Amino acid sequence: MLNKYPLWKYLMVLAIIGLGMLYAAPNLYGSDPAVQVSGARGAVVEAADLDRVNSILEENELAIKSIKLENEQVLIRFENVETQLKAKDTLAEALGAGYIAAINMAPSTPAWLSSLGGAPMKLGLDLRGGVEFTMEVDMRTAINNQLKQMEQDYRSDLREQKIRYRTVRQVANSERIQLVFRKQELRDQAERYLKKNYPTISFLDDSSNDLAFFAQITEVKLKEIRDYAIKQNLIIIRNRINQIGVAEPNVQRLGKERILVQLPGIQDPAKAKEILGSAATLELRMVDQDNDVRDAMRGRVPAGSEILNDQSGRPVLLKKRVMLEGSHITGAQAGLDQYQRPQVSIQLDSKGGSKMSAFTKDEVGNLMAIVFIEYRPSGKTDADGKALPPIKHEEVISQATIQQRLGRNFQITGVDNPAKAQHLSEMLRAGALVAPIQIVAESTVGPSMGAENVEKGITAVILGFVFVLAFMLVYYMGFGLIANLALAVNLVLIVGAMSILAGATLTLPGIAGIVLTVGMAVDANVLIFERIREELKDGRSPQQAIHHGYDSAFSTIFDANITTLIAAVILYAIGTGPIQGFAITLAIGIITSMFTAIIGTRAIVNALLGGKRIEKLSI
Amino acid sequence: MQLLKLNSTLRFMSIRKIAMSLSTLLILASFASFFMKGMNFGLDFTGGTTVEVGFEQSADIEAVRTVLHENGFPDAQVQLFGSSTDVKIRLEPRPTDVKADMLSNQVLDVLEKTGQKVVIRSIEFVGPSVGEDLKEQGGLAMLTALICILLYVAFRFEWRFAVGAVAALAHDVLLTAGLFSILGLPFDLTVLAAVLAVIGYSLNDTIVVSDRIRENFRKIRIDDTIEIIDISLTQTLNRTLVTSITTLLVLVALFVWGGETIHGFATALLFGVFIGTYSSVYVASSVAVMMGISKEDLIPVEVEKEGAEFDEMP
Repeated sequence: MLNKYPLWKYLMVLAIIGLGMLYAAPNLYGSDPAVQVSGARGAVVEAADLDRVNSILEENELAIKSIKLENEQVLIRFENVETQLKAKDTLAEALGAGYIAAINMAPSTPAWLSSLGGAPMKLGLDLRGGVEFTMEVDMRTAINNQLKQMEQDYRSDLREQKIRYRTVRQVANSERIQLVFRKQELRDQAERYLKKNYPTISFLDDSSNDLAFFAQITEVKLKEIRDYAIKQNLIIIRNRINQIGVAEPNVQRLGKERILVQLPGIQDPAKAKEILGSAATLELRMVDQDNDVRDAMRGRVPAGSEILNDQSGRPVLLKKRVMLEGSHITGAQAGLDQYQRPQVSIQLDSKGGSKMSAFTKDEVGNLMAIVFIEYRPSGKTDADGKALPPIKHEEVISQATIQQRLGRNFQITGVDNPAKAQHLSEMLRAGALVAPIQIVAESTVGPSMGAENVEKGITAVILGFVFVLAFMLVYYMGFGLIANLALAVNLVLIVGAMSILAGATLTLPGIAGIVLTVGMAVDANVLIFERIREELKDGRSPQQAIHHGYDSAFSTIFDANITTLIAAVILYAIGTGPIQGFAITLAIGIITSMFTAIIGTRAIVNALLGGKRIEKLSI
Repeated sequence: MQLLKLNSTLRFMSIRKIAMSLSTLLILASFASFFMKGMNFGLDFTGGTTVEVGFEQSADIEAVRTVLHENGFPDAQVQLFGSSTDVKIRLEPRPTDVKADMLSNQVLDVLEKTGQKVVIRSIEFVGPSVGEDLKEQGGLAMLTALICILLYVAFRFEWRFAVGAVAALAHDVLLTAGLFSILGLPFDLTVLAAVLAVIGYSLNDTIVVSDRIRENFRKIRIDDTIEIIDISLTQTLNRTLVTSITTLLVLVALFVWGGETIHGFATALLFGVFIGTYSSVYVASSVAVMMGISKEDLIPVEVEKEGAEFDEMP
């Protein structure tokens, strides 16, 4: 029969609309400014901590909306952002280093909805307020470090092989090293040896000098260096953000050599910047086993030793003399030893290797410690308002017995579990930072500005929506009403899709995208309805007109939307932040509007008119 | 209700030479403006710093400007932003050793000299290299989009239509950018997004028209290309106008109530919708005619008429 859907099609339409409504629903409940208190380094937060947090807040007369313990965290909700920020600072200070207090926006989604995976849309920084940094990794330095390293390695290799060379040095401002020899055979010997041992380096003849050749970093190796430098910096930045106290930071790689850091809710970019920019290094030192740490704690610290704490706060007595600095570390990986026990492998540069071997010769059987040193901003200012110098923060991150004389490659075994091995290798890499980083772009949006943007955006969406509804109703009457219904469902579907898609964030241009979609979504219906009118004018019966109208408009709608989708995908691929937000809402809007405008309206038309004898259409 | 009750075919193509001359003239004017005035690129592209501050009472822009110019910020551009108490200050890129947060603090210190309390509402700092990259990426995106669309339309229709469609799109992009250049409006990242949305919108229109021309080539037994194009344009005219109206309605809402931040976006799209509608009628079809499109070109396509694949769809 003409214009009848099978039952399953109606059910499918209803099911999709139902799902859309379900997942759009969390947005109706909004969210509260909150502070999240968790234990530092995996420590568990208990009921006693909840009471402590509560009493701290009461003492400082900070009004709370609710407080509860969940997922081993204390979550405190507040009425407004001012109280939230005050509470975060108060708690961070009062609770001390064992806890992390982070600001957060906690959705007030009812439990049954969140158990189904429902959550409100994530808001971009422009709507929420916060700080965003774009940081650039200094690749030139990373590459130069690598070249210096190669220089050293080649020299020591050639010496070891007893191949005499004249010079081994970097060609200024290039990615190559020139090696010059006195005799042809020495040159060839050296080239053969190095070629065999360094497969990722390409060795080229020097056309101006027969007795020389170049060692050049290959494109593959360059990419490796870049990736490594970025990865290292990502780890460091993620570690440091814990100190800033943001619950939902976003740290991601941006293109070849940049990193994007988004800190929603943060109001004080200066402090965040200092923390992100603080320097970290490593030192390898011997544990002082001749003296007792308890004696030292009582004040009798032997000369040449000092007390440092390890990560769980236990004191360790260390010799002051530094065996090796972190700058000699060229790599560190977590892995398993031959007995499947977690271990960390460490690689040193050639200078570090000889230092290490000289030191460990007489220390076999003794305990070695790795100290992580960080210069953290003091956060305090002197009388003139100038920032005080950063505070040196030292911590023992690992202790291990030296089993044998160590060289350029060695392993730390006996690590408790793979997670700890992973963490240790990350800390080692962080301390051996090869490429410095600097902020190349920054944007701060105050929370009031964010709220204002949301308000304006919503006003524009609602008004634009109402205008279109009114126009369609006047212009197409009965069918206009159907199109309007489809448009409303479309809006719900967009919100629902934005809420469940992990990568989707609502930004101000994103709202503009929704508004634009509202305007353009009716286009599909306009095409169909105009077509139906034409068919009626050509003398077809209403049922036939509907059938042909929908059919012949379909390919037009499809082509037109696919091309717009192409534009949206390209926007998403090259854009960042707000622009991606626009591209996402546009793309989602195109897909949902095709569904509602073609299948959705057809379902209503079929349900209402299908199979009936109709003389006239309200169009 | 119907916007236009048309009983006879409108002779759109009869003035296509005039329209083409007009378009050429406007494109030349845009280019002239690019070279003479240049683009007023926003912070996203040039690098530099913008600080948006809120004053307690209405801000005296002249006073703010003078205070800034006399206290170490001779390059500061000052303008009201949305309301009479909000001011946007833009500074040129500084040498790398000047930190952005220091800069905003200095600006704040200087502004306090006006005797009013000032709060920072937002700070944005973009390094010059970031801006350069963005310009490159933006241009690349535009090109990639145009090429992908060209390929898609050539595949779905015919290469002459594809050239017509892309010519119309390039026309829209140039004129929108030209408008921003002539009026000196800031061209930032959101405006770039708007221009890409204009591409999407204009393309929508062009496809609808081309689709109808293709259909009529097959259906109507007339050999006169111009006549068929006129019939097709007339048939789709109501749809073209209705969609433009609904889109303009929401854009007006965005322009008036959407806030200062998306003003540029709304402006670009408002203009783009006009231009896009015009270009899909005149530029796309005229170029296809100039390329010599005719009935024969579309006959072989009939074999794979898309109706077959989609019959089961609503």
